[in-house]
Amino acid sequence: MELTNELALLLLLLIPLIAGGLIPLFSNRPNIREAITFLSGILLLLNVFFLLSAINSGAKPELHLFTFAGNFDVRLELEPLGAIFAAIASSLWIVNSVFTLGYMRGNKEKNQTRFFGLVAIAIFGAMGIAASANLITLFIFYEVLTISTFPLVTHKGDLKAKRGGTIYALVLMGTSLMFLLPAILGTHIVAGHSDFVVGGIFPSGTSNFTTSILLLLFVFGIGKAALMPMHFWLPNAMVAPTPVSALLHAVAVVKAGVFSVLKITIFIFGEAVMADMNMSTCLSWVAAITIVLASIIALRKDNLKARLAYSTVSQLAYITFAAMLATPAAFIGGALQIVMHAWGKITLFMCAGAIYTIAHRTEISKLDGLGRTMPWVFGAFLVASISIIGIPPMGGSWPKYFLIVGALESGKGILTAALVLSSILNIVYLIPISIRAFLKTPTDILIDNSLIEVRKKNIWVIIPPVISAAGAFILFFYVGSIVDFLQPVISVGE
Amino acid sequence: MLSLLLDQYNYAVVIILMMTGLYVVFASRNLIKKLVGLSIFQTSVFLLYITIGKVSGGQPPIVESHGSDHANSETLLFASIGEVDSVAQSSSEVLYSNPLPHVLILTAIVVGVATLAIGLSLVVRVREVYGTIEEDKIEEYDRIYYKEILERQ
Amino acid sequence: MSFMPLFPQWIFEQGPAFLIVLPLLMGAIIAILPNRSMAWWFTFFVTLICTYTAFGLFQHIYFDSFLLYTMGGWAPPHGISLIVDGLSAPILLLISVMAMLTVIYALPASISEIEPKKRGPFYAAFLICFAGLMGMVITGDAFNVFVFLEVSSISTYALVAMGAARDRRSLAAAYNYLIMGSIGATFFVIGLGFLFMETGTLNMAEMSAILSDLDGGTRVSKVGYGFIVVGLGLKIAMFPLHTWLPRAYAYAPTKITIFLASTATKAAIYLLLRFTFTVFDPSFDYISIMLKYLIVGAAVVGMVFASFQAIFQSDVRRVLAYSSVAQVGYILLGIGIATSSGLAAGYLHLLNHAIIKGCLFISVGAFWYRFGITRVDDFSGLFKTMPLTMGAFTLGGLSLIGVPFTAGFVSKVKLILAAAEQEMWWAVLVIVFSSVLAIVYIGRIIMAAYFGSPPKINGSTFTKNEAPFMMLFPMWALGLMSIAIGLNAFGIGDTFVSASEIAASVLLGGRG
Repeated sequence: MELTNELALLLLLLIPLIAGGLIPLFSNRPNIREAITFLSGILLLLNVFFLLSAINSGAKPELHLFTFAGNFDVRLELEPLGAIFAAIASSLWIVNSVFTLGYMRGNKEKNQTRFFGLVAIAIFGAMGIAASANLITLFIFYEVLTISTFPLVTHKGDLKAKRGGTIYALVLMGTSLMFLLPAILGTHIVAGHSDFVVGGIFPSGTSNFTTSILLLLFVFGIGKAALMPMHFWLPNAMVAPTPVSALLHAVAVVKAGVFSVLKITIFIFGEAVMADMNMSTCLSWVAAITIVLASIIALRKDNLKARLAYSTVSQLAYITFAAMLATPAAFIGGALQIVMHAWGKITLFMCAGAIYTIAHRTEISKLDGLGRTMPWVFGAFLVASISIIGIPPMGGSWPKYFLIVGALESGKGILTAALVLSSILNIVYLIPISIRAFLKTPTDILIDNSLIEVRKKNIWVIIPPVISAAGAFILFFYVGSIVDFLQPVISVGE
Repeated sequence: MLSLLLDQYNYAVVIILMMTGLYVVFASRNLIKKLVGLSIFQTSVFLLYITIGKVSGGQPPIVESHGSDHANSETLLFASIGEVDSVAQSSSEVLYSNPLPHVLILTAIVVGVATLAIGLSLVVRVREVYGTIEEDKIEEYDRIYYKEILERQ
Repeated sequence: MSFMPLFPQWIFEQGPAFLIVLPLLMGAIIAILPNRSMAWWFTFFVTLICTYTAFGLFQHIYFDSFLLYTMGGWAPPHGISLIVDGLSAPILLLISVMAMLTVIYALPASISEIEPKKRGPFYAAFLICFAGLMGMVITGDAFNVFVFLEVSSISTYALVAMGAARDRRSLAAAYNYLIMGSIGATFFVIGLGFLFMETGTLNMAEMSAILSDLDGGTRVSKVGYGFIVVGLGLKIAMFPLHTWLPRAYAYAPTKITIFLASTATKAAIYLLLRFTFTVFDPSFDYISIMLKYLIVGAAVVGMVFASFQAIFQSDVRRVLAYSSVAQVGYILLGIGIATSSGLAAGYLHLLNHAIIKGCLFISVGAFWYRFGITRVDDFSGLFKTMPLTMGAFTLGGLSLIGVPFTAGFVSKVKLILAAAEQEMWWAVLVIVFSSVLAIVYIGRIIMAAYFGSPPKINGSTFTKNEAPFMMLFPMWALGLMSIAIGLNAFGIGDTFVSASEIAASVLLGGRG
C-alpha cells in the first residue's frame, strides 16, 4: 500500500489515537507500554517528515473526515505553518517521553498508564489542530486537547491538584465556549464558511466593527494562548508533575493556543484586514503589556516552576504580539518563536524536573552551588536561557530579530521598547539561576556530594534536556530553510 | 358594569369559584383541604362549559323514531354558540342543544374524580407514613429525619 | 435508508390507533396478571411492538406522506382524527424507544425498588402513562389532548408515589405534583373552552382554518391561548412553573425518573408547538408577542437560573433535574426564535436532550442500585468501582456541556447560529454562559467521582462492582447514540438534523 499524502494525513491523527487506545491495555507490562509510546512517536515523526517533504515540493494534502449538522465540515488540510507545528509537537513528544520515563521511574509516580495514554490523546488533539482546514475542525480538536490534558494536570490527585485542575478546566473551557465558539460561528455567518485561506476570508464589505469584535473574541477566546488576563490557568497548572508542565508549555497546549492565534490572523483575517483595524493595535498593546508584566512577576517568584510559568506567559505574548502586528516579518517572527521557544522552554522545564528528581529542590534560592553536582543539567539550563533571552548564536535570537523588524515595519516602533525591556528582564530572572548554581558555594556540601550517586541512577532525566538544548542551538542555523518553507503562506519580501 | 355582571352572572360565579378554589389550594396547609380547593377550582370549569353550552329553548338532541325522521333530519340544526338569537324559530325547525360541551364536561368530571381518587389515596399513604396530614409538619419531620440520617453517616 | 418493505401495510393503516390501544389494553391486563415476571415480559413486548410500529410510521413520513387516521371511521370534525406527520413521528419514535430502554433497565431496578406485590400494577401504570403520552402526541383533536394529558399525568402521580419504598419524600413530591399538574391541566381545559367558544369545533385542523379566517379571532382566543400556554407551561416545566420537577424527579423510582425526564416534558413541548404554530399561527400579532417576550423570556431566565440552582444542589438527581429545567429553556429559546432554523434547532435539542438525560439518569439509577448513593459527596472514587457506568455518565455529561463530537454540541451550534441570524446577541451570550455553568455542575460530579478513593462502608472499601448488564445496555446505547449524532456516524446525525428541519417546515408551512 503506497503512502499517499492523504493516507499520511490520516495517519497523523491515527498514530497517536491508536497509541492512546493501546496503552491502557498494557498497564501491567510497563516495558511494552513505553515501547508503544516510543514507537508511535518515531512513526509519527517519520510521517511528519514525509508530509514536510511533500509540502516542500508543493503538494497540499487534504482529507475530509465527516460533516455534521448539515453544513459543518470536519476537514484536514496541512499547510506549511501547521506542518511546522506538527513537526515540533511530534519531535518533542519523543523527547518528553524519554524524560517522562526517567521522571516517573525516578519518582515512583503512580498511574503511569493513565499518563502515557492521555499524553498520546493530547498529541492527537495537537495534530488535529495543526492539520485543521477550518475553524470548526480547529475548535473540535482544541476541546479534545483541553479535555485530555485535564486529568494530566490533576494527576497528583490531592487537593491542590484538584484546585489547579478546576481553574484549568474552567478558564480554558469557559473562554472557549463563551468567546471562541461565538467568534467561530460569527465568522461562519459573516464569511459564509470558516475555511482557512491565505489572505483572509472576510468579504471586502465587512465593517471594521464586526472584524474588531470577532478579533477580540478570538484572542480572548483562545485561552491557551495565555494572554492576560486569561493567563492565570498557567501558573495554577504547575501543580502537575514536571513532564506534564513540559508537555503543556512546550509541546502541545500553549503552542496550540498561539498557533491558533497566528493561524487565525493569517488565514481568517489576513494581513490587509488586520492592518486596517484599530483593534489589532489595541491588542498588540495588550500583548506588549503582557510581555513586560509577566516578566516582572516572574522576577518575584522563588519557585522555579512558577518563574518558568510566568516566563512562558511572557514568551507566548511575543507570538500574540507578532500576530497583532500583522506584517510578514512579524508573522515569520511569530512562527519562529513557536519553534524556538518550544525547544528552549522544554529544556528549562526538564531541567527543573531533573533538579526535583535528583535533589528534591524546587526553590531557586536553594539551588546555589548545585551546578557542581549537576553540571550537564545546569549547562543545558544556561544554553536554553540564552536562547529564550534571544542572544545569538542560540535559536531564540531570530524571532526577536524578525519581531523588531516587524514592529518597525508596521509603524509601532515604540513597542520594540517592550521587546528590549523584556529581554533585559529575561536576563535578570534566568541567568542568575545557572550562574549561582555554578559559581556560588552550596549551603551544604555533604548533601550535594551525596547527590552524585542519585544523579548516576537517574541518567534519563538528564539526557533529554541536553538534547533539547542542543536542538535550540542547532536550529539557529536552520532558520533560513524554515523561512523558505513558509514562503507559500507568509511571503517575506527580502 | 353592574348590569353586565348581573346579566352574565354565570361567568361571575365561574370566576368566583375559580379564584376561591385556587386560593384554597395555595393557602391551606392541610392536604385534604388542598384537594377540596382543587375540586372547587375544577367545578368552576364545569360551570364555564355548561354556561357556554346552554342554548335557550334548545331540545335534547335525540333523533325521534321513524315517522318524523325525514322531516327532522333535514331540519336538524346544530345550534352554534353565539348564534342562539338569530336562529329562525319556524315550526318545522327544531332547535337542538349541542351535546358536545356536555360531553366535555362529563369527561372533565371523570378526570376530576380520578384525580381526586389518586389524591386521596396519596393522603391516606401520607397519613400512614407520617402520622399527620399537615404540610408544614410533614416538611418538619422530613427535615429532622434526613438530617439524622446525614449525621449518622 | 428505507426500511419500508419491512412493514406490513396494516401498520400504516392501523398503526396510529394501535399505538394507543395496545399499551392501554395490556396495561389493564398486566394489572391482573398472577405471575410477576410475566408482567415484565409483557411490558417489554408491548414497548418493543410499539417501537416497531412507531419506526414504521416514521419511515412512512420520511418516504411517503403524512398519515391521517379517523377513529371509528367518523370523519373529522365530528370524529376524532389521529395525525402522524413530520412533527409527531420523531417524538412518537423517541417515546417508544425510551420506553423500551427503560423497561430493559427496569428489570433489575424494580426488583430493588418496588415491593413484589406492587410490581404488576407498577408496570400496568407505566403502560398507561406510555399510552397517554403517545395519545397526546398523536391525536388531532384538542380535547382528546386533554384526556390523554390527564391519563398520562394521573398515572405519573401514582408512579412517582411508588418511590416511597425507597425514599418517603416521594409521597409529598407526588402530592405536590398532583396539585400543580391538575391546576395546569385545568388551565389547559379552560383555554380549550375559550377556543371552543370562538371556533365551535375541537378538531385542530378545523380550528386552524377557522382561526386564520377570523385572522386571529377576538379577545376570546387570545385569552384561550394564554390559558393554554400556562397550562402546558406547567407540564413543560417552563420557568417559573417548574418547581414540582426537582422533587418529583429526585424521589420517584429511578425508572420513572428516566422515563419522565426523556418523554413527559418533550410531549408537552410538542403540544405547545402544535398549538402555537398549527392551531394558531405566528402571524397573529398576539402569538408573536407571546413568543418573543414570554417564551423567550421564560426560556432565558430558566436557563440561567436553573443552571445556577443546579450548581448548589447536593443530591445528584436534583442537579440533573434542575439541569433539565435549564435544557428545556434551550428548547423554548429555539422555539421562541420562531424562524425555521430556530425551530429546527429547538426540535433537534428536544430529541438530543431526551437521549442525553436518559443516559445520565440511567447511570445515576445504576449508582443507586449498586451502592445506594445519591449525594455528590458520596460519588468519590466511583471511577474505580464502576468504571463503565461512570464512563457512560461522563459521555452524557460532556454532551450536556456541549463538547464537540457529541450530540449536545450539534444542537448548541445550531441554536447559536439561529439566534445569531436574528441578531439576538444577548441570547447567544446566555446560551454560552449557561454552557459554562453546566461545566461547573457536571464537572463537580465528574471530579468527585474521578478523584478520591471509594468511601468505606463498615470499614471496608468498595470494590469494583459494576452495574448489571440490563442497566449497562440502555445507558451505553444512549451514550453511544449521543456520540454517533455528534460524529455523524452512519449518517445518524444527518437523520436527526433533517428530521428536525422537516418538523420546522411542518410547523411553519403546511403539512410535511
